[in-house]
Amino acid sequence: MPTFTLKVFRGGPAGGDFRDYRVEADEGMVVLDVIHRIQATQAPDLACRWNCKAGKCGSCSAEVNGTPRLMCMTRMDLFQPGDTVTVTPIRTFPIIRDLVTDVSYNYEKARQVPPLRLRPPDADGRYRMMQEDVDRAQEFHKCIECFLCQDVCHVIRDHDELKRQFAGPRFFIKIAGLEMHPLDTRDRTEFVRAQAGIGLCNITKCCTEVCPEHIHITDNGIIPLKERMADNFDPIVWLLRKFRGQRGQPA
Amino acid sequence: MATAYETYEHDVLVIGAGGAGLRAAIEAAAQGVSVGLVCKSLLGKAHTVMAEGGIAAALGNVWPEDNWQVHFRDTMRGGKMLNNWRMAQLHAQEAPERVLELERWGALFDRTKEGLISQRDFGGHRYARLAHLGDRTGLEMIRTLQYHGIHQGIDVHMECNVQRLLKDGDRVTGAVGYWRKNGEMVVFKAKAVVLATGGIGKAWKVTSNSWEYTGDGHSLALWAGADLIDMEFVQFHPTHMVWPPSVAGLLVTEGVRGDGGTLRNNKGERFMFNYIPEFFKGETADNEAEADRWYHDKKNNRRTPDLLPRDEVARAIRSEVKAGRGSPHGGVFLDICSRRPADYIRKRLPSMYHQFKELAGVDITKEPMEVGPAQHYVMGGVRVDADTTQGTVAGLFAAGEVAGGMHGSNRLGGNSLSDLLVFGRRAGLYAALYAKNFSGQLVVDGAQVEAIVRESLEPLERSGGENPYAIQAELQETMQNLVGIIRKEAELKDALTRIAALKERAKRVRVDGGRVYNSGWHTALDLRSLLTVAECSALAALERKESRGGHTREDHPFTDDAWGKLNVVLRLRDGRVQVSREPLPEMPAELKALFQERK
Repeated sequence: MPTFTLKVFRGGPAGGDFRDYRVEADEGMVVLDVIHRIQATQAPDLACRWNCKAGKCGSCSAEVNGTPRLMCMTRMDLFQPGDTVTVTPIRTFPIIRDLVTDVSYNYEKARQVPPLRLRPPDADGRYRMMQEDVDRAQEFHKCIECFLCQDVCHVIRDHDELKRQFAGPRFFIKIAGLEMHPLDTRDRTEFVRAQAGIGLCNITKCCTEVCPEHIHITDNGIIPLKERMADNFDPIVWLLRKFRGQRGQPA
Repeated sequence: MATAYETYEHDVLVIGAGGAGLRAAIEAAAQGVSVGLVCKSLLGKAHTVMAEGGIAAALGNVWPEDNWQVHFRDTMRGGKMLNNWRMAQLHAQEAPERVLELERWGALFDRTKEGLISQRDFGGHRYARLAHLGDRTGLEMIRTLQYHGIHQGIDVHMECNVQRLLKDGDRVTGAVGYWRKNGEMVVFKAKAVVLATGGIGKAWKVTSNSWEYTGDGHSLALWAGADLIDMEFVQFHPTHMVWPPSVAGLLVTEGVRGDGGTLRNNKGERFMFNYIPEFFKGETADNEAEADRWYHDKKNNRRTPDLLPRDEVARAIRSEVKAGRGSPHGGVFLDICSRRPADYIRKRLPSMYHQFKELAGVDITKEPMEVGPAQHYVMGGVRVDADTTQGTVAGLFAAGEVAGGMHGSNRLGGNSLSDLLVFGRRAGLYAALYAKNFSGQLVVDGAQVEAIVRESLEPLERSGGENPYAIQAELQETMQNLVGIIRKEAELKDALTRIAALKERAKRVRVDGGRVYNSGWHTALDLRSLLTVAECSALAALERKESRGGHTREDHPFTDDAWGKLNVVLRLRDGRVQVSREPLPEMPAELKALFQERK
């Protein structure tokens, strides 16, 4: 069995350092398996968040050799036996302990997003939506809230003073999903401008690059949202769009 | 010396924030009471995200012939008639409205050509019935409930583990837990408590369940004096990844078979045709041509045996592997690549495509998958009143996997998500009504709190002792080997002896490293509930001397009609788990008639 050295950050808000753990990896193991093996055999108190171990819950976000990733979807055979693999917490959010960070910023932003405002149903009381009209919003519904996009966003990472008025890529696609929802009737223009701060995003696509669900955050979410916000200053364009439904938006 | 702790007070405290807990909290809040929602993980990470195939509800969008009676009948037959009939009836009747409600809250299900919610085929369901979004339905459901819920005035307490319930006399009045982030203890005073904690899968080695599934709610209820039923019925879902070893147990949705996939052995045979039980002969195709026609013409053809209920398919796979007809890594083959176009597979099963590609290097549009059974679900749980979800202790309610009765001896795929919604809503509603009618003072006994706090901190304060991970691993090995798909008396007794020894060792467990987000400490505390539910499951399995659904006894291989009228009930009295057999509620004549209509 190949053996690796895992260099894992251990510490808390007051600081910390790296500890080396020599550990064997069985065939097909992922970084999260190796972290679990360290917990079971060498460091029972090593703090790490995880749930599904299947890339579906977005809990085990960390930086592996400096790259933001889900530990459960990062196979150890990416590395050569004998390699040192460095695992650190995602760096944008305050550390709680070891690999666990305080991501409450994201939950605060989530609460601020104005929810769906439903149009009335069809005459028979049901809602009809065509598959081609839900496809675009469904892409954003794939989001597993791993917050890796938030982690790499320059605005959140480097500009503490702007965080109050900036929602970040996760919530841009949340908003885009609502805006492209065929049954939605709410106007979020002012929110997106003033509280979500979409103007601060300068489209470097760092968020898209790290998305484990391969959501086209920038191209399909942020850019259409920016365009839409520009359009929406024209109330006639806004009304027409809401009236016609969501078809025919730019790709 | 008294320990400092925070105290919160709510009318209704919901423990667990998966589908059932979120739906309960939303409903309780809608009744105008104050609601606290406690979850072990971050909000939106609960095990519901793992559900793949869909939500079973007789919407009739694809097959207008479908209705609640057909769904009810399928559910009861899938559970081998051991279900609480009233729960199965309410579930079938209310599931469609719960799905439409999710749509009104923003869920975007896949559509039919007419623009309605599309429905897919699943095991044991007569008609295509599962509302879905690709193979990520659980994610869609939890995200919808989460984003609806955060605007309903619910207090969400994240990353908080509840250790015990508090009682005032005969009624439940709250709970004690700890915050994972700092290890501080916390007290919740509540007029009513809803358990929505999910299952017990972490007692087994090969399971699709996450670390959270340590039977917390089952144990909290038992310790508070409530009855558990049906704990012998454990679902080993037939299809999970078997290779590589580190992903063994990762779920492969039944939707693969619902969308046309078929099981094959290493000779290429569709072996399920050899495993059609008498009970399902009338409704199951006995040849490949009919089975394949059934996908498109349900009126004139019978269902493919690939979609027999899960217990039947799991046993069949186990038999094939045992007979030497398995795949290289000890499973069987699940083939959709030769039966459906690549585009269709990627659209209908995107996360299956992704997970095999990323974790096993297998392209499921080109090669068959290797799959085998793993622990997936527990049918047993807290004994509840069907209409109100109230347990046998006042002030205690339960919904979702932690509640027993709904699924009888075996759950049909897709019936879990609908169960969460139907009974989550009912739990929230009736817990709120109970809280509104609560009389007298809401009293929390400081001595009870102190005892729980002291017990919780012990693993950090002992000198010398056992490693919690080692005990957990031994328990998982024990349950895997001795309380698995096929059981027998000697092995069950052996399991109970081993569990008793592990319980003793767990009393000496010790961890270093302080109280802040200490994984070792959390594992140590989870052992208490994990060992409790393991014991309950083994005790009930020993008691039921027949084979039915998710309980197969090698030494009692047949289904026994006398046992078909009995639940195995467990309750804690004087520190010991007592086992008794109690009669099943009797189904009224008009529902019984549904089972005579056709074969």
